[in-house]
Amino acid sequence: MSHVISYLEAIREAMRQAMRDDERVFLIGEDIATYGGVYKVTDGFLDEFGPRRVIDTPIAENAIIGAATGAALVGMRPIAEIQFADFIASGFDPLVNMTSTIHYRWGQPVPLVVRAPAGATWASAGPFHSQSPEAWFAQVPGLKVVMPATPADAKGLLTAAIRDPNPVIFLEQKYLYRRLKGEVPEGEHVVPLGVARIARAGTDATVIAYGTMAHKAELAAQLLADEDDIAIEVVDLRTIVPWDRAAVLASVAKTGRALVVYEAHRTAGFGAEICATIAEEAFAQLDAPVGRLAGLDTPVPAHPAMEAEYLPDEHKIAAALRELVAF
Amino acid sequence: MSLSNDDRYALYHYMRLSRAIEDGAWALAGQGRMVGRLYTGHGQEAIPVGCATALAADDVMAPMYRDMGAHLVRGMEPWEIFAQYMGKRGSSNAGKDSGLHMGDMKRGIIGMISVLPDSLPVAVGVALAFRLRDEARVAMTFFGEGSTSTGAWHEAVNMAAVLDVPLVMICENNGWALSTPAEREFRGATIAERASAYGIAGARVDGNDVEAVHRTAREAVERARSGGGPTLIECVTMRMRGHSIIDPAEYVPPEQLAAWAVRDPIDRLRERLVADGLWDDGREAAMLAEHKGIVDAAIDRAAAMEDPHPQDVYEGVFASDGQTTDTATSDGSTTTGAGA
Ligand SMILES: Cc1ncc(C[n+]2csc(CCOP(=O)(O)OP(=O)(O)O)c2C)c(N)n1
Ligand SMILES: [Mg+2]
Repeated sequence: MSHVISYLEAIREAMRQAMRDDERVFLIGEDIATYGGVYKVTDGFLDEFGPRRVIDTPIAENAIIGAATGAALVGMRPIAEIQFADFIASGFDPLVNMTSTIHYRWGQPVPLVVRAPAGATWASAGPFHSQSPEAWFAQVPGLKVVMPATPADAKGLLTAAIRDPNPVIFLEQKYLYRRLKGEVPEGEHVVPLGVARIARAGTDATVIAYGTMAHKAELAAQLLADEDDIAIEVVDLRTIVPWDRAAVLASVAKTGRALVVYEAHRTAGFGAEICATIAEEAFAQLDAPVGRLAGLDTPVPAHPAMEAEYLPDEHKIAAALRELVAF
Repeated sequence: MSLSNDDRYALYHYMRLSRAIEDGAWALAGQGRMVGRLYTGHGQEAIPVGCATALAADDVMAPMYRDMGAHLVRGMEPWEIFAQYMGKRGSSNAGKDSGLHMGDMKRGIIGMISVLPDSLPVAVGVALAFRLRDEARVAMTFFGEGSTSTGAWHEAVNMAAVLDVPLVMICENNGWALSTPAEREFRGATIAERASAYGIAGARVDGNDVEAVHRTAREAVERARSGGGPTLIECVTMRMRGHSIIDPAEYVPPEQLAAWAVRDPIDRLRERLVADGLWDDGREAAMLAEHKGIVDAAIDRAAAMEDPHPQDVYEGVFASDGQTTDTATSDGSTTTGAGA
């Protein structure tokens, strides 16, 4: 059985199910209980699960992440919400120094999820509410990083993240929250971390993306199918740590052309890692240089004219693909 | 410290104009003409106005997003504020950031960022520089009570105390941090009482009494300027609107709003001015008309300004070689630009 729900509702469904099934799971964050979170993701949770399991904190990102770590170490399964991914920076230290290294250093699993709305809104959210900080975390051994692109994946990946014995950064794409609806299995739905999704099959070129950009890549592929009769394969990574090298390399071997798309700043973004891997492992299969389309190396600007210039979108992706295919 | 009639008129003018601008901005946002989200200081006007008027021209302040009045006191023109709100090319942020994140070193204003309360440690550094250079200048910064829960807050206040810098820290305790009431942010009865734990001066004042706020701030500024170190001032007030324009704030009890509505800082000063024979309906009507004219003209002027070009996004990530900071100097003049 499945139903059509939004990306946001899918996240809600995963958390509600996890909390019903496992009493170790609890939510902790700012304005998540009475208010239901700034995007209302946890709306209704206080009523269903009560204040012991839906905990409003003071403004204290460092303490939220540190405390989630402590609770996880003694057998709880915390889901910490950071109000905007940009503000994880205020709790960066425990995450990248403490939480991420505990298992490596003394063998204890730290099963926690840090959820945060990430990415631009195409609605002038500006430099501090628009960032895509996945590369901050991908650099840190011991942290898993998830960026779902569809409602079904939002549910299935969050379920897997909650069950995972490691700290998982779950970057919800705020642009997709209410915009994207799709078929989502009712009841238990798990999508394993580290397995890419072939969002669309094609033969002329491969686009590799994740999160909102995977959604935009699908739109671009449709544009090229409709307007140019070009068949694009879209590989949605779903998770960037771990990431599905095999799926990417298999697709590139098939099409011989690759475009990597990500919303974060271009320089040292996670897509650079994907490009490098393709160059290292699939050089002989390439019919064209690996392409890359990313956000600019500037803060994310507020004004719509500049924000549009900053962000990759389906039209820019389609243009890059046309060039790639024509090479 | 008694206030002259002119001082009191000025306090009234800035609070009223601040409200007029924010009412204008509220309407503008309703028409979809704003870039970014609107946060206002409705009901809190006495704090930025009462405090910023305690500073000298070459002092530096690091305001927060509710401090419209402080910007006006430092000489920000209403049209500049609307230009910022509309994300215009010639605005403080040139459309790159939005809201009251307006920085202007020539007027001694440190532009804030959203991450709370990042301006506070920065203000400590401003005050430290003044001390290192033996300048009789003072820094002042503003933050909400919710922001006092962060690690950055505690680090900064403690460091200000230990380094004994000339800093005045203004807490605007408006009862709410988004949906979280003050009693869920901290357990102590007051923010002001923390001052003694840090070993610095502290004060708690009715944040809706602009004259009391001003006197308290002036004392703290004088203490800082004369080498007496930092002060933490808690101004008790109420957030009379939602957190931002899109927040209906259904979580705020109506009785709380009603109790504070009768303590409106603008009404209170006006009643005192009337009682002292300094104000009447005629002057009130004239000021309202003047402010309406200012706001209308400011919106028109800002609206006529150029919008950013898409290519502007690439500009300004780095300063150019030789570029120096604009600073206000002690004689009130300013220095600008490369090598000046
Ligand atoms: C580090 C950080 N965490 C969370 C937020 C989101 N946020 C923006 S304003 C706000 C409430 C601030 O409350 P307070 O400091 O009391 O100021 P007020 O809005 O009441 O004036 C929150 C939680 C933020 N901006 N920065
Ligand atoms: Mg507050």
